[in-house]
Amino acid sequence: MALVERDIQLDEHKRLKHLLTLEGLKAHHLTEILDLAETFFDANGELRKVPLLRGKTIMNVFFEPSTRTRTTFEIAEKRLSADVVNLNIATSATKKGESLQDTLWNLQAMGADMFVIRHADSGAAHFFARQVAEGVHVLNAGDGRHAHPSQALLDMFTIRKHKGDIYDLKVAIVGDILHSRVARSQIQALSILGAREIRVIGPRTLMPSCPEALGVHVYHDMDAGLEDVDVVIMLRLQNERMSGARLPSEKEFFRLYGLTEQRLERAKPDAIVMHPGPINRGVEIDSAVADGPRSVILDQVTNGIAVRMAIMAVIFSNAARHPQEDAS
Amino acid sequence: MKLRIDNARLLDPARQSDRIGSLCVQGNRIVACGEAPDDFTPDEVIDADGLWLIPGLVDLQARLGEPGDRSAGTVASETRAAAAGGITTLCVPPDTVPVADNPAVPELIRRRARQAGNAFVLPIGALTQGLDGERLAPLNALKQAGCIAASQANRPIRNTQTLRNALEYAASHAMPLIFKPMDADLAADGVAHDGAVASRLGLPGIPTSAETAALAQLLVLMEETGARVHISGLTSRRAVEMIERARTRGVQVSCDVAVHHLHLSENDLMDFNPLFRVHPPLRTPDDQQALRQGLKFDLIDAITSDHTPLNADDKALPFPQAKPGISGVETLLNLTLRLVEDGTLTLLQALRKLTVAPAEILGIEAGTLAPGGRASFFLFDPDRHWTVTPETMLSAGRNTPFAGWEFEGQVVATWFQGKPVFNRLNG
Amino acid sequence: MKLNLDVNTLIDTLAERLRDDPIMGKAPCMVGIRTGGVWIAERLHAALGLEMPLGVLDISFYRDDFSRVGLNPTVRPSDIPWDVEGSRIILVDDVLYTGRTIRAALNELFDYGRPDEVLLTTLVERPGCRELPICAKYVGATVNCDQAVKLSGPEPLELNIVERKAEVA
Repeated sequence: MALVERDIQLDEHKRLKHLLTLEGLKAHHLTEILDLAETFFDANGELRKVPLLRGKTIMNVFFEPSTRTRTTFEIAEKRLSADVVNLNIATSATKKGESLQDTLWNLQAMGADMFVIRHADSGAAHFFARQVAEGVHVLNAGDGRHAHPSQALLDMFTIRKHKGDIYDLKVAIVGDILHSRVARSQIQALSILGAREIRVIGPRTLMPSCPEALGVHVYHDMDAGLEDVDVVIMLRLQNERMSGARLPSEKEFFRLYGLTEQRLERAKPDAIVMHPGPINRGVEIDSAVADGPRSVILDQVTNGIAVRMAIMAVIFSNAARHPQEDAS
Repeated sequence: MKLRIDNARLLDPARQSDRIGSLCVQGNRIVACGEAPDDFTPDEVIDADGLWLIPGLVDLQARLGEPGDRSAGTVASETRAAAAGGITTLCVPPDTVPVADNPAVPELIRRRARQAGNAFVLPIGALTQGLDGERLAPLNALKQAGCIAASQANRPIRNTQTLRNALEYAASHAMPLIFKPMDADLAADGVAHDGAVASRLGLPGIPTSAETAALAQLLVLMEETGARVHISGLTSRRAVEMIERARTRGVQVSCDVAVHHLHLSENDLMDFNPLFRVHPPLRTPDDQQALRQGLKFDLIDAITSDHTPLNADDKALPFPQAKPGISGVETLLNLTLRLVEDGTLTLLQALRKLTVAPAEILGIEAGTLAPGGRASFFLFDPDRHWTVTPETMLSAGRNTPFAGWEFEGQVVATWFQGKPVFNRLNG
Repeated sequence: MKLNLDVNTLIDTLAERLRDDPIMGKAPCMVGIRTGGVWIAERLHAALGLEMPLGVLDISFYRDDFSRVGLNPTVRPSDIPWDVEGSRIILVDDVLYTGRTIRAALNELFDYGRPDEVLLTTLVERPGCRELPICAKYVGATVNCDQAVKLSGPEPLELNIVERKAEVA
């Protein structure tokens, strides 16, 4: 059987219909979003509100709590003048009684044009995309360990802003790759955009079993992994990794993989430091680095709004465009 | 009632026999296979020119949904689906609701099966109470109630001492055991093979070692206790190698594979289709190849459907939450015959793994056309083309990942103990 | 097909008439609508010697046909380098046709602030096709409504008759 069937996130003209994952997308899909995101900033670098999605209803359906991500989506939606509905649905409520399918169909009947969905299960966004009616869009705001495409796109936006082009860059991603949907999407974005080398750094207990399937080089030694890189992306370490013998302690993790000024010396002199947040100071990153001149962590937050605006604008634009206008 | 079927290609793997001839049935018994005796005066004659006549298949692993908790299927519906797939004997794993850990459950299943009269249904008893893996179920009582073997279904025993005791106790009461090797802790909350695809999709993984570690433990304990264990549902190359090595050491061990593991792999999960969620998980194309070779060299004795009919709701969930399982009785035969088409198995070898081999594992007389045996068999039209369509399946569970697959050849009529139970000859 | 109108002459005419307009005494700012309007505005801005830098509007995000045709793929940010609030604005576009572009431009301007005055001038007008109550104070030339025209540029600036189907609103 074919490795990948027709990509459900693309329409018949191979344009984005949903954004579920970056896997399978082409560079032009990504650059279209990144380029558009730039146009939402005015000359003073401020984000403007535009009436693009007036009359569209976007529902932020979060089965997993996250104030931060939901807020950036909400701001992005409001900047596009969409009507925004927020729903926090505890997973327990859907487990008994109303099925997930019914929940979705009910919300759809209330007139949603797009669902922004976060769910604890890998593949949940694909599930919803398969269930929605034609003309309703799904944007994955994080599903299990699988993907978090909007986060990865905003990281690419930030890298591009500071480094010009992704092409030819060496990027290191440090920490818990195994459980990280952010890392998976970042790796895909970097490889689609032609990064020269993608490294992942961490102990084997925090690596997926087949990292080579992701197209990355694995380092268990932080110093060696940081050598000569242009971008360092630190991942958040979840507390629960200490159970099940994945790690002995936060202290040992910091000693081995924590990003300090001294370690950062190994990277290129103009290397930038990123973190999807919220950061654990003293666990994965030293405060001096997080707040230092090479950190672009706060920049990432603002860019996140513009990039999410661009994703939604592109999806609705693709849906609006008539097929015969493709030629031009 | 006397029936004679003429001009059929009689395929009887138990006797390595493949010839054109007649089959004579009197009552519920086969009285002749090959040449019809001159003094046989049939009430009915069927001309089966161009058709194959095959002993009713024996499926070591088929869930029937009954007794069940809002599950899909009943003994009646699923045995009818089985008959449509040529299956006339099937074993029901004990993970029913309630669990088959007391005589009431196997008695109920057998009663329903007698009422339906479509197939010979053999319940498998629970090895531990509630399948909790801690307290032994009353194996002797279960045996009296008609349980053919005892098993833990998909729920492993965590404690090795408990496992050893269970083997010893079963051995002392001559209760055959069926195990799916799966280390509970290594499998944990995994939903897919821990390999390239799970790495890419971020699906919690079940490493191959979850199977091999448990299998190694079982083989060692079997050797030490002398317990007879049938290993069910192998999925990996390494496990096949371990079976081979154990046999050369003289350990008496039989094993089977679920038919979907011969056709699907982790690559089929790429778009998170819950219909491909099974337990144990689909592994790599290399493992798939090794399982096929294992069958070819008779390291693997039997092929099962691992039939698990599910409600649409159980699959209408994100992949990790969807219930594992495939509704498989209607595709078992054709999927197996694919291995004949591609040259992996000979026709008699393939049929053997669906008939007499599983019958021998169970120690029952079934899966043969030998005169004197029960008249359970089916006619197969090798030229009949069909496509798997969930809507037209007879099973109450439409959960098949094989929708759209096209097959050459189809079961056209099935007899169970001399009685016609399924017929699409004129349909 | 090239239209028999000299763009430079038309711009000179517009500049002359604007010079006599009372708005010139009130320190006006100028805004061109991307793309053609900007080319005209650049010339006018130079000819009038305006003090404040030229503003540029890209009305792609404000178009009323987004849900029918999607986003203009060449969208770029607008740039209004002065405070719109209380300003007096000369709004410049190439062709005034249905009036929808001007509606979008006004909406966008008002999202920046409340100008005291907005004066519209366009190079060409196609009267009789207006779909909104919008009219320009100064117009360089008038062409038939059934004649769709498009400005090409920036060097040289030329007016061309275009095929019906490629027409822009």
